[in-house]
Amino acid sequence: MYKFLKITLLALGLALMSAPDNYAQEKQKITSTDYENQEVAMADAMRSNGKIYIVVATIIALFAGILVYLILIDKKIGKLEEKFEEEQKSSVSS
Amino acid sequence: MKIKGLWWKALTVLLMLYTLVGGLLLDVPRLVILNETIRNLYFHVPMWFGMVIMLATSAVYSIKYLKNPLTKNDDYAVEFANAGILFGILGMVSGMIWAKFTWGAYWSGDPKQNAAAVGLLIYFAYAILRGVFEDEQQRNRISAIFNIFAFAAFIPLIFILPRLTDSLHPGNGGNPGFNAYDLDSKLRLVFYPSVIAWTLLGVWVVDVKTRWRKLHAVKTEQMLATS
Repeated sequence: MYKFLKITLLALGLALMSAPDNYAQEKQKITSTDYENQEVAMADAMRSNGKIYIVVATIIALFAGILVYLILIDKKIGKLEEKFEEEQKSSVSS
Repeated sequence: MKIKGLWWKALTVLLMLYTLVGGLLLDVPRLVILNETIRNLYFHVPMWFGMVIMLATSAVYSIKYLKNPLTKNDDYAVEFANAGILFGILGMVSGMIWAKFTWGAYWSGDPKQNAAAVGLLIYFAYAILRGVFEDEQQRNRISAIFNIFAFAAFIPLIFILPRLTDSLHPGNGGNPGFNAYDLDSKLRLVFYPSVIAWTLLGVWVVDVKTRWRKLHAVKTEQMLATS
């Protein structure tokens, strides 16, 4: 388990390290004026009437649903593992 | 009832929630053409990073399997590849939706799109290949070799070849916006946690599926022994 976590983290580290190089071509620096540029249309109307939060809530509800599903499967497998270990023990002792 | 590896699973949930809320609500630069779609950087791109990490880990386990043919190594290799394929399909779909509104078409035959499609097809072939063997050890060994070659082909396909030519995809040509994100610390603030969140989510799915595989294998063995 730890080995496999270690490998994943190592791969993650490598990916993060190489990220700036991967996208290094023709960089345009983002300045603070880009954040304030009102000429570019953004979802301002969505925010002004607050409805963006409804979208956020929807997405979180969807994610929560999938998450609960995953957790239930995880628990079910955990239960099977426990049951299986007990079976192993009882078959050894008998 | 205890969940195995609770701490990192809780971390996955926290990072994912942070990405979803922060990714949708925090300030982003106002750039032409991109508009709010710059937020795809928080979702589509990190998932694709997660996919590369899944496929790399899968290749590592394939190498480990060839050195030491344990069922465990094969289980991890398959399930990491499966998680990578899932992320890959989702990445294609989400990328196409974005392309429709920024490039003008779902599919414009862009080098990056084509190469990604070819890369995914190679991995589909891996999944199909595993199904054709009668003998388990033969299946594991040959598919491990295929998997290593698949990864070796996949990386140049998506990271190198599209950069040798003109591509519409951010990071590849003269497309404004996304290629600047690694300079902007505000965007990084959500981007990197998102990469970790997607990677951990993939690992979680792999964890559940490999544990299931182990139980299934032992159970099958038991049934064969008693019959």
